Amino acid sequence: MADSPAATLQHAAYDSKIEGNVIFTQVDTAINWMRKNSLWPMPMGLACCAIELMATGASRFDISRFGAEVMRFSPRQSDVMIVAGTVTYKMALAVRRVWDQMPEPKWCIAMGACASSGGMYRSYAVLQGIDNLIPVDVYVSGCPPRPEALIDGLMKLQKKIEGEHSTLAQMKTGAAPVETEEAEA
Amino acid sequence: MSTASAVDIVQALQKEFGDAVLSTHEFRGEQTLIVSADKARDILAHCRDALGFDYLIDISSVDNFGSDPRWEMVYELYALDNGAKTHLRIKYVLSEEEKAPTVSDLWPTANWHEREVYDMMGIEFDGHPDLRRILMWEGYPYFPLRKDFPLAGKPSDMPDVAFTNAAPLAGGPFVTSPTSASTVHREPRSREMD
Repeated sequence: MADSPAATLQHAAYDSKIEGNVIFTQVDTAINWMRKNSLWPMPMGLACCAIELMATGASRFDISRFGAEVMRFSPRQSDVMIVAGTVTYKMALAVRRVWDQMPEPKWCIAMGACASSGGMYRSYAVLQGIDNLIPVDVYVSGCPPRPEALIDGLMKLQKKIEGEHSTLAQMKTGAAPVETEEAEA
Repeated sequence: MSTASAVDIVQALQKEFGDAVLSTHEFRGEQTLIVSADKARDILAHCRDALGFDYLIDISSVDNFGSDPRWEMVYELYALDNGAKTHLRIKYVLSEEEKAPTVSDLWPTANWHEREVYDMMGIEFDGHPDLRRILMWEGYPYFPLRKDFPLAGKPSDMPDVAFTNAAPLAGGPFVTSPTSASTVHREPRSREMD
């Protein structure tokens, strides 16, 4: 068969060098796939839940299997804030400030009873759930939750990220990306 | 004096201060002195300087709400020189208008203890170098360990600093009652149900 320049151009899409390495997908799906497998947590460790959070990051449970091992102590490099522990009113606005410093898109996991609802601290000093201040994507029950529970919460968050339509919403409206928590509410 | 027993120390204090030591009692080998408020600082200074109580473990306060005088101050002293075998507890009562004398110049650790007493109970200290809140924030309007302050808290707001809301108690507080009956009787129950 003669290798005319015209034939090469015609069949460029079936080039044997790249055949099998090309997949077709949607932009949202691709972006969500990248986001969900590289969630950099902001470890907001405030009480005993932080110990379980550390265990989740350590070798036995190894949260890096889910791409979330890069604990960032700078909010500007973080994707998901894991609020692990009792949020006192004195700490609450500091948590809020760190959350505000995190760039979009961002997610929040309320880890344990205290972060979710104030837990056993029905008290003058404790914020009754971090969702009074910042939007929460996943609540993890437990006091403190086992590392498995936190990993399950992280997987639920990954499922949630899979279904987001941020790019599509942006293209349709021309507006800035819709805040994930409102879109998913 | 560091080898003296706790009983000897109590007797020495009674001899030194006479009527200012209102009463003494012993519980499981620990000596407690109830003293008069105006002599309390002198007695505490004497304990440190002459009796070797170089360690102030804690200062706490009691709210005897509904009775007068309302406040009771409690000082826990230890003498470390003799292997911390001597413990002494000194108490005195204060009415609501009175200020407590500071001991932060005697034991530097009293500085923060007294700030905590002020923060939680609202008792002020005469001569304290830096009487600010220590656990709650400056501007918080209440003293939360007073008996007339609700457990659930009260709403407050300091813009850009902190805010508080009343916590939902949902029928609580849920308290356990010691009993020799079954665990069913011991488990936490709402106080409202009784």
